[in-house]
Amino acid sequence: MSEGVYRGQPLPVGARGKNSVGWWGMLCLIATEASLFAYLLFSYYYVAIQRGPSWAPQPHPSLRLSGPNTVVLLASSVAVWWGEEGVKKGERGRQLVGLAIAIGLGAVFLVVQGFEWRAKTFNLASGSYGSLFFTITGFHMAHVIAGLLILIAVFVWSAMGYFNIRRHAPVSISSIYWHFVDAVWLAVFFTFYVTPYLFW
Amino acid sequence: MSAWEDTRAPETRRLGAPGLGRELEEIWGEKPGLLGWISSVDHKEIGKRYIVTAFAFLILGGLEAFVMRLQLAGPELRLLTPEAYDQLFTMHGVTMIFLYAAPILSGFSNYLWPLLLGSRDMAFPRLNALSYWIYIAAGLFLYAGFVVGRGPNDGWFNYVPYADRAHDPGINIDVYALGLILLGISTTVGSANFVVTFLRTRCPGMSVNRVPILTWGTLTASVGNLLAVPSVSLAFFLLWMDRQFGTHFFDTDQGQPLLWQHLFWMFGHPWVYAIVLPAMGMVSDGLPTFCRRPLVGYTPVALATVTTMALGFGVWVHHMFATGLPSLSLSFFSAASIIIVIPSAVAVFAWTATIWTGRPVITTAFLFFAGMIVLFVIGGVSGFMTASAPLDWQLTDTYFIVAHLHYVLIGINVFPVVGGLYYWFPKITGRMLDERLGRWNFWTMFLGFNIAFLPMHLLGVLGMPRRIYTYPDGMGWSTTNLIVTLGSALFAAGVLLLLVNVAVSLRRGAKASDNPWDAPTLEWATTSPPPPYNFAVIPSVASRHPLWEARLGESDARSRLDEGLLLDHGRETIATTPLDAEPNLILEMPPDTPAPFLLALGLAIIFSGAAGHWWWLVGLGAVLIIVALLIWFWPNRTHADEPGQAGHV
Repeated sequence: MSEGVYRGQPLPVGARGKNSVGWWGMLCLIATEASLFAYLLFSYYYVAIQRGPSWAPQPHPSLRLSGPNTVVLLASSVAVWWGEEGVKKGERGRQLVGLAIAIGLGAVFLVVQGFEWRAKTFNLASGSYGSLFFTITGFHMAHVIAGLLILIAVFVWSAMGYFNIRRHAPVSISSIYWHFVDAVWLAVFFTFYVTPYLFW
Repeated sequence: MSAWEDTRAPETRRLGAPGLGRELEEIWGEKPGLLGWISSVDHKEIGKRYIVTAFAFLILGGLEAFVMRLQLAGPELRLLTPEAYDQLFTMHGVTMIFLYAAPILSGFSNYLWPLLLGSRDMAFPRLNALSYWIYIAAGLFLYAGFVVGRGPNDGWFNYVPYADRAHDPGINIDVYALGLILLGISTTVGSANFVVTFLRTRCPGMSVNRVPILTWGTLTASVGNLLAVPSVSLAFFLLWMDRQFGTHFFDTDQGQPLLWQHLFWMFGHPWVYAIVLPAMGMVSDGLPTFCRRPLVGYTPVALATVTTMALGFGVWVHHMFATGLPSLSLSFFSAASIIIVIPSAVAVFAWTATIWTGRPVITTAFLFFAGMIVLFVIGGVSGFMTASAPLDWQLTDTYFIVAHLHYVLIGINVFPVVGGLYYWFPKITGRMLDERLGRWNFWTMFLGFNIAFLPMHLLGVLGMPRRIYTYPDGMGWSTTNLIVTLGSALFAAGVLLLLVNVAVSLRRGAKASDNPWDAPTLEWATTSPPPPYNFAVIPSVASRHPLWEARLGESDARSRLDEGLLLDHGRETIATTPLDAEPNLILEMPPDTPAPFLLALGLAIIFSGAAGHWWWLVGLGAVLIIVALLIWFWPNRTHADEPGQAGHV
């Protein structure tokens, strides 16, 4: 068979959704960033196992703020998805609303994380638990900030009318990044807030 | 100029049509002047810069090694102070492993990939430029400390607690930590580019079972890098935090010193494969040309390449056999390390069978490729030996390990690279390297290398430790060390012959035809050197050996090199499906732009600011980065005016 031979059919020109090279590039970025967080969490578990149960501060980390905050972040992912579905249908208004809600929820998450940080009795330099806690949650917050900057740029470009029903690769590419940042939070949340109750 | 298009059936054209190249030349050519030079995103230009820069670092690292060999030529010599020796052996390792071995392969792959794949550029030309600019920034950053006498001095592996602030208070290690994080960004973006280029920009018909092995090697290395580099970047970041902000990741009373070794070697071992697999790919593609037959066992070699890397993620503890880990762990990692022999042997047998069943033409490139097989076997056997924990306990931290790692790294990286240079120099420059000088070049390097490194095995067995700046008389090491030093001088002379050959041939070498070696792959189908657009029409291929089809007669299908897609509405190339390479998109390629240079500059400013705790400088760099990113990603207005949009990433 003459596989791969061009048969004269019209081809799309330029970036097109998941067919764009940018989408694949973003998947590479996500793979390497996911590895980064895997190594961060490996460091936590390694030190935790080597040091034993007495290592972590008592009582176990509270879910009072972090639990609802997790819901806030997940809701922002839903909003991004809802907005992206909007642009796929050519509804720019819906897309802008979705992005605006997501940006707002992401900002709320950051503020609540700020309160969570301030409430801690330990700090970055007080011991290896504190070093790991603030570094790992700090890395995640840095990714939330980066994700927010990207969403804001996409929001502005959407408002300026750069995207439409067929041309919206940057919207899809930034959405998948935001979903990734939220998925990472679930791993971080599970590590710091859930495993102590399960194992210690 | 082109009006916005949603879809288009691209025009097919025959080569030789009047005026075919002129318009493409205009579209793809580099602008004159310094700004044009800084703004170029041509993969060939970037590839050449990578190769030249990496060779410069090879020479620097080689000079460092040579000074160490002078110091070690006899017992109790005092050419170097212990402190100077520490910096020298550390910078030698850092230079060779990080600034030469990986970038040289990036250089060859950057230059060759689009030519091998029948494309006009990499998937992300600007990312390619960014990768180079960050690489050179990181190289200068790492050397900045060294030239003022504050270079890294705890070995390239940088073990804690030696490297923590209590034991090494100077800025030496901070520069190393930040420099490597910076370099990691370069490696990462470059790797992402290779992965997407492999998946999306192969020419029509080049299904994954038809790509040259070099692309399998670089693809595998790139995937490995994406997964492994974050580990070392993180380790260096945490160490920097320990040193500067009082965190407790690696200290002995609160943290875990061994965590450093785990993170370092979880990166380090996959990295070893990342700096040899593409070079092995160069041999797999180059050797068959001189054996006048296709590579024996294409599929097993491609699979072995991937398998080596996959296994390579499960062997890092063999660098830590002497750290007191439980014996169950040692057994597991010892077994995994021994199993890696299998995919490595697949490649060795494939090359040997290719020579055996072929009609070898003994060129300089052939000699370097064949020499590599010999060195690979020697280095492989010593690696197999030390994969066994009891033997490793005897030999670790001795010169036996130094011998092993140099057989592996010089044998499987430097020799294929020099062979590759003889092979592809005509394509890159349009001139042949001198073959007569080439023989001298090969035999001096090959003999010099073996005289320098074979006796090191003996020194190791006799118990001479690594990393010592001198040794007392009467240990039974003196004569052997003198031989090693003489061998290294001969090896250095061989490298010098290479430089002479390059310098002379650039000016006076015989003019190269398009395909001087009568080779089978696509890069030889275009001119030497290639035009900025690589191919006037995009080829479509029907086999692994588009230029050998008629004589091989494997099937009736024929590649089409003289007729194909023209794609001249601006910078364009074809995107194809990941497995079968069916055309499915016309890719709009970005114009030349200074944005990558600005972004790299911003990063360099941030890292310099961090090294000196000048936080205002960090802020300045961050602003520059945001500006560069906005320029980079700003969506295309011509598309927005019409009912569409497209941004380049």
